Amino acid sequence: MAATNRPLSPHLQVYRPQITSMLSILHRITGVALGLGTVLFTYWLTSAAYGPDAFHRAQGLMGSWFGLLVLFGFTFALYYHLCNGIRHMFWDIGMGYEMTTLRKSGLFVVLVTIVMTIATWAYIWSRAGGS
Amino acid sequence: MEMRSPLGRVRGLGSTKSGTQHWVAERVGAIALVPLSLWFIYSVVALNGADYVTFKLWLGEHGNAVLMISFVVALFYHAKMGLEVVVEDYVHHETAKVTTLFIIRFATFLSGLSCILATLRVAFIG
Repeated sequence: MAATNRPLSPHLQVYRPQITSMLSILHRITGVALGLGTVLFTYWLTSAAYGPDAFHRAQGLMGSWFGLLVLFGFTFALYYHLCNGIRHMFWDIGMGYEMTTLRKSGLFVVLVTIVMTIATWAYIWSRAGGS
Repeated sequence: MEMRSPLGRVRGLGSTKSGTQHWVAERVGAIALVPLSLWFIYSVVALNGADYVTFKLWLGEHGNAVLMISFVVALFYHAKMGLEVVVEDYVHHETAKVTTLFIIRFATFLSGLSCILATLRVAFIG
């Protein structure tokens, strides 16, 4: 049917990459990653229902170098999705649509995400006695 | 400019008719998750390397159990809504789309239920 051959959203490939679009897709990527990460969260919390041995196994897995690497990634994803989600809430009430504001708020979100991620892991590292 | 085809207009296509409700629901979960996820991060950082007894005592505290179950409900509610939108946007093959949407609904329900029951079990029985 020729009449239905209209432009359909999303048609990302026609745009030059820029901070607004990159941060927009990063919101979805981190959202999907966090969605998949709920499997790990469910395993961790459910393991406690199976008693001390299962819980200690889960805690050991999270504390391994691979577990810590994954958790570091999740910390970044969660802080980004959280901060950018708050940015979305301002848009939802009709605020912050000017191009200069969009770029500034985007950069601010990235900055806050990096600072919060580093601060969280620096705190974890310091409490673990630098080991 | 009218972008709908005459046939599409006659059939009333082009609207899911429940988009606003889904949009609002996704945001209800999101707003709840702002304080709840900050509480969750604070808690798991504090529980870093905790043994079972410490964890049980922590989750057994009334406030922590309430917040954990609230976090679980908001998390899986929001995850379900968000993943649905992403699948609807990018998966165009009808069978693959419907199958993925079903998996998302079953998986988020079962995971959420497992987390809630685990919280109650550890808090009350442990």
